[in-house]
Amino acid sequence: MNLASTILIDGLTYASWLFIVALGLTLVFGVLKILNIAHGSFYALGAYAAASFVGWFATLKFAPAWSIVALLLAAVAVAALVAPLTERGLLRFFYGRDEVLLVLVTYALFLILEDVTKLVWGANPYYVSAPYGLFGNVEIGPQVYVGYDFVLVGLALVIGAAVWWGLNRTRQGKIVLAVIHSEEVAASMGINVSRVYMLAFSIGIFLAAIGGAFTAPMISVQPGVSVGVIIVSFAVVIIGGLGSIEGAAVGALIVGLARSLAVHLAPVAELFSIYIVMAAVLMVRPEGLFQQTQARKI
Amino acid sequence: MHAFPTKRFHGSPTTRRGIVAALACIALTPAALAQETFKVGIVSFLSGQAAESFGIPAVNGAKVLIEAFNAGSAPAPYNKVGFGGLKIEPVYVDENGGATKQVQELRNLYDREKVDAVVGYVGSGDCLAVAPVAEEMKRFLILYDCGTPRIFEDAKYSYVFRTAAHATMDNVALVQYLRARNIKADTFNMINQDYAWGQDSRKDFLLAMAKLYPSAKPQEDLLPKFGAGQYGTEISALMAKPADVTHSSLWGGDLQAFILQSGPRGLFKRTQVVLSAADHVLPGLGDKMPDGAILGARGAYGLMAPKSALNDWWWGIYQKAYNVYPVQAPYRMAQSLLGLKLAVEKAMAGNGGKKPTGEQLADALTNLEWDSPAGRIRMANGDGHQAVQDTAIGKTRYDAAKKMVVLDDIQRFAADCVNPPPTTKSEDWLKAGMPGAKCN
Repeated sequence: MNLASTILIDGLTYASWLFIVALGLTLVFGVLKILNIAHGSFYALGAYAAASFVGWFATLKFAPAWSIVALLLAAVAVAALVAPLTERGLLRFFYGRDEVLLVLVTYALFLILEDVTKLVWGANPYYVSAPYGLFGNVEIGPQVYVGYDFVLVGLALVIGAAVWWGLNRTRQGKIVLAVIHSEEVAASMGINVSRVYMLAFSIGIFLAAIGGAFTAPMISVQPGVSVGVIIVSFAVVIIGGLGSIEGAAVGALIVGLARSLAVHLAPVAELFSIYIVMAAVLMVRPEGLFQQTQARKI
Repeated sequence: MHAFPTKRFHGSPTTRRGIVAALACIALTPAALAQETFKVGIVSFLSGQAAESFGIPAVNGAKVLIEAFNAGSAPAPYNKVGFGGLKIEPVYVDENGGATKQVQELRNLYDREKVDAVVGYVGSGDCLAVAPVAEEMKRFLILYDCGTPRIFEDAKYSYVFRTAAHATMDNVALVQYLRARNIKADTFNMINQDYAWGQDSRKDFLLAMAKLYPSAKPQEDLLPKFGAGQYGTEISALMAKPADVTHSSLWGGDLQAFILQSGPRGLFKRTQVVLSAADHVLPGLGDKMPDGAILGARGAYGLMAPKSALNDWWWGIYQKAYNVYPVQAPYRMAQSLLGLKLAVEKAMAGNGGKKPTGEQLADALTNLEWDSPAGRIRMANGDGHQAVQDTAIGKTRYDAAKKMVVLDDIQRFAADCVNPPPTTKSEDWLKAGMPGAKCN
C-alpha cells in the first residue's frame, strides 16, 4: 500500500511538472504548426528570470512568501519580452514554409538562446531556494515530501483548467480554435490571424517560462537546463497527440507514472520506460492518443 | 616544371637573391626566434551541463596558470618562461556536442590549428572516443579529467596520457574511510548517472564494499540519466528502503539538484550519504549543503589539498583572479599543465633546446613524476601513461562564521593504498581484495 501510494504521488508530481512545460509546446504546435525546439530555452529563460526576480525581491526586503509572486512575474516578463520579439522578429517570416525548415529555425534559436543566457547570466549557478521551503513538509507513510511539490500539482491543475476554459469558453479562445481549424477560413471571416499567432505563441512561451520559474527552486540554474526538458516534453506531446491539451495532460500522466513505476520496481528500465510507452502508443495510435486521424490533402 | 613562375618577381636575379637573403636574416633574428610558440589545444566544456562545474573552472585554471608560465612567475621548478622559453599559445575548444564532434574537433586541432599538444576532456565517453584518434594520428594528447579506468586498461597507447588518477581511487578511498571509522554499513543504496562515469563508479564502489564490508547488502541501485534534473522519484525510492549508507557519484548540476531536493526531505538524516566527486558544489550550495555528508574530490584538492608552498601559490592566483577557491577541475587542469611543462622542458633538454616532437614529448612524459598543488603525481600505471596520486576524504559542516562549507575529519590516502598496482586492472584488483595496497 505504501509503495503504491508512493508510486502514485511521485508519478503525479513528475507529471504535473511535465504537463506545465508540455502544454506550451503542444499549444504552439496546435496553433502555429511549429515543432518548437527552442521551447526548452524559454523554460531556461524562465528559470534564470526567476533567479533574478527572487534575488531582487530579497534585496528589496520583501517577505519570503513574495518569492512565489516573483516566480510568476518572472514568467510574465519572459513571455512579454521574448515572445513578441521571437514571433514578430523571426518566426513570422517562415510561416507557410516546410515544417522541417521551421524545426531547423527553432533549433538555431535554441543554440542562440543557449549563448544569450550565458551572456546575460554567466556560467555560474543560481540558487532560488526560498520558495522551496515556504510550504513545509508533508509526511505520508514512510515518506517525507516537500509541500512545494504539491503546490506544483495545484499549479498544473489551475493552468490546465485555465487554458481549457480560455480556449473553449471565451470568445478569444474560439477565435484561436477557428484558426487551428482553418486559418484561411478564419482570415476570410475577418480574424486577424497574425495577432492570434502572437497571442498563442506568447501563451506557449509563458507556459514554458512558468515551468522553468517554478522548477528553479528545486535545481541549480545553470547552462544546460534547457536540454533535458525538451526531449521528455516531446515524448509527452507525441503520446497525447500534437496540439491536444487533453493529450498533454494524459501524456504527462502516462510518462510520470511509467517513470515512477520503473524507478521503484525496475530502476534499470527508467529511461527505457518512457520511450517504450511512447512506442507502444504510436503503434496503436500513430497520431497520438487524442489527435484525430486526418485525411491527407492532395 | 616550375611550380612558381619567376614572373611574380620583378628585378634581376641579384635583387631576388638579395630579397631572399634579407628575408632569411629577418627570420633568424632573435626577435623572430622569440616568437616561436608552443601551441596547446585545451578542450573542456564551455557550454552545456558540465560547463559550470568542470569545464569553465578548468579553463579558468588554465588561463591563470598559462599567464603565470608566460610571465615566468610560477615557483621553481616551474619558473622558466612558457615551456622552456617557448611562449604558450592556448587554443580553447568547447567539449560540448558529443563524442563524434570531439573526434572531428581533435583532428581540426592537430591538422588545422597545428597544435603541438592537446590537453582536454572531462567526459569519459569523450576520452574513450578521442584517445584512439590521437594514437592513430601519432599526436600528443593528455586526458586531464575523465575518470573511467577503461582508457589504459582496455588499450595501450604511445601518444596518450592521463595525468589524473581514475575513478577506482575515489570509491576505494570512500570505502576505506567508512571502514577506518567503523561506520555502520549493513545495507547500502546507490544512485549514479547512467553513462560510463556513473556505471564505472558504481561498479568500483560495489566491489570495494564487497571486500571491506563483506556482509553489507546492496539495496536500491538507481541509474538516472545524465541531466535528469528531477530526482523526486529517486529520493522516494531511496527513502522507501532506507540504507545505512547511500553512495553517489553524481556531479555538477545533477548533484546540486539532488542535494537541493533530498536535503529538505531529510535523506541526509536517514542515511550516511557518501559522494565520490562532490567538492565542486560546496562553494555554490553553502548552507544548503547538509552537514555530515562524506565526500571526495577525486584527489586531494581544494579544501583537502595538502599544505605546500606550491598549493598556496596556486590557490592564491586562482582566488585572486576569480574570487572563489579552486576545486577539483582547475586542480586537475593545473597538474596536467605542470606535467606537460616539465615534459616539454625535459624533451628540450635532450634535443638541443628545439621544440619537441610528439614522440619526444611522449618519451619525456612516460613514467615522469612531478609535484602538483595536490601532491606528487606519478605516471606509474598504464605503462607509464596513467597517473596515480594521493587522495583525501572529508565530512561536510557549514561554518556560519566563515559563511562556507568546511570539511572536517579529513583523512589522506597514499596513492599506493587506493590505486591498483601498475600491471593490474582495477576490477581484477578489487575482486582479489586489493592485494598490495600500501595503506600504512
